[in-house]
Amino acid sequence: MKRLLLLVFVLISFTCTANDLPKDPLGSVQWDDMYGAFLKGHPAVFDSRVKLVAPNFAEDPMNVPVTVDARALDNIKQIVIFADFNPIPLIARFYPTKSEAILSFRFKIQQASPVRAAVLTDDGVWHVAGSWVNSAGGGCTAPSTGRVVGDWMDYLGEVYGKRWANNDLNRIRFLIKHPMDTGLAPGIPAFYIEHLNFQNTAGEILAHLELFEPINENPVLSLNFNTDDLGSPIYMTGSDNNGNEFEAEFQ
Amino acid sequence: MKFIVKSVFFLALVVFSTHIISAPNFDYHLVPSKVAENTYVFVGKVEDFSFENGGNIVNTGFIVTSDGVVVIDTGSSLRYGQQMKEAISTVTDKPISRVFITHHHPDHFLGNQAFKDVPIIALGSTLKNINNEGAGFADNLYLMVGDWMRGTDALAPNQIATAGVVKIGGHELELLSLSGHTSGDMAILDHSTGVLFSGDLIFHKRTLTTPHADISQWLTTLEVLKKLPFKVLVPGHGAVSNDKKPIDEMVDYLTWLDGALNKAVNEGLSMTDAMQIELPKRFHSNALLKSEFSRSITHLYSSYESRVFKRLN
Repeated sequence: MKRLLLLVFVLISFTCTANDLPKDPLGSVQWDDMYGAFLKGHPAVFDSRVKLVAPNFAEDPMNVPVTVDARALDNIKQIVIFADFNPIPLIARFYPTKSEAILSFRFKIQQASPVRAAVLTDDGVWHVAGSWVNSAGGGCTAPSTGRVVGDWMDYLGEVYGKRWANNDLNRIRFLIKHPMDTGLAPGIPAFYIEHLNFQNTAGEILAHLELFEPINENPVLSLNFNTDDLGSPIYMTGSDNNGNEFEAEFQ
Repeated sequence: MKFIVKSVFFLALVVFSTHIISAPNFDYHLVPSKVAENTYVFVGKVEDFSFENGGNIVNTGFIVTSDGVVVIDTGSSLRYGQQMKEAISTVTDKPISRVFITHHHPDHFLGNQAFKDVPIIALGSTLKNINNEGAGFADNLYLMVGDWMRGTDALAPNQIATAGVVKIGGHELELLSLSGHTSGDMAILDHSTGVLFSGDLIFHKRTLTTPHADISQWLTTLEVLKKLPFKVLVPGHGAVSNDKKPIDEMVDYLTWLDGALNKAVNEGLSMTDAMQIELPKRFHSNALLKSEFSRSITHLYSSYESRVFKRLN
């Protein structure tokens, strides 16, 4: 019985990886490994309904702007965002529970790499899109400005932002003061925001974000919420990997 | 007939393959173009850095005076500087007496090593910027243009310029200490010939770059340039001009850029959204419009965001 189970498991994992894996339109040798690391267990398709917008050249490797827009898909469980050739590929996981499936952020790139968004829908399929970003590189191993200047502690956790709320748009954009150290710059341990939660007055979770080391120093993010939540303030709570907590209210 | 077709094909193949296989000879083909009495310019391509152009994307120049040759900017590499010297020697046998560096960007000073035996003069702010960023610029250009850069190191200027009029071999040069494109931009007006070397304070029909720009300061500076009594304008990039139109075009684009970024942050656009903004038709004839606009978003957007973001905790 054990053997049979093992066989079934091996077969399943085999069918879910090498055989079913579609050819990568971006031609990255890392695609198979990325699938194994982040998407395993569900089939993946490259889907033009997922949009990933990024400049084709990283003018500033420490601040590469990206927008992921999966609003053309329904019933989204999570969106995972990664860069194949980054020393730490995983950038963010986004759970748009009761928000629109669009997210803008900036990240640090170490060398030219595909940047991808994979969107898991509740039928158990990953819908993948991506784009090559060329770069002179070095974004992940340089110390943050806050470390170089030495003043990051004075501002840690301060949140600056704005909400746009009208009939067509319920958007927040914000900046959180945080060094977002990758742990790859000599002598500086990894120190980064791990969680951001967004709730309405009723305490409903609207969206949840898991961030990782490659997100830029002093992260700037944009999220869109449904317009039926226009009347309520949006409450953000967050924490980093050292246990610091922060919160902000978007009126 | 068949033979002819075959021969033509073969010939084409030979020409094509030698074109591909032949290693570049690293010749920038610098040809001095006379813009006024004793005054010459090497006009670069209105392109971004590439292996194909080797970094020859900048305008440099020289003035032949009775007290030797005055060089203005030294180009993007040691090879550029050396080839500049050779090209100058086809015009005059006078020695090079001094070099002025307009600002700290790599395409304007990385040829300095070829002129290391003469005074290399720049504003104090330019010297400071080169000391801080010069080595990084050189590394970056090796990545972008490759072996054209061989032997190139960032050599800092060895003399600090004082703003004002200096008389050199019958030419009355006014050194203007300005800023906006960077924190130290020197423009040089030759009162004897009416030639204004503006450095990168002026890009002509080539979209301006903003990695170290302060837009409102730049606009103030352009008003200063507009009042200068020049007859010939040598921009940092793009064609030499005989009128003030390039200055007006700079003011127009910078004013538009400032307004567009303000509007974008006020409407809640992200950086990637802002990069998709439709660019006005009147700028479409400027080289590198889309890519430079996108770069400018990266350089400038955060500072515009900070104007609309309010403290929330």
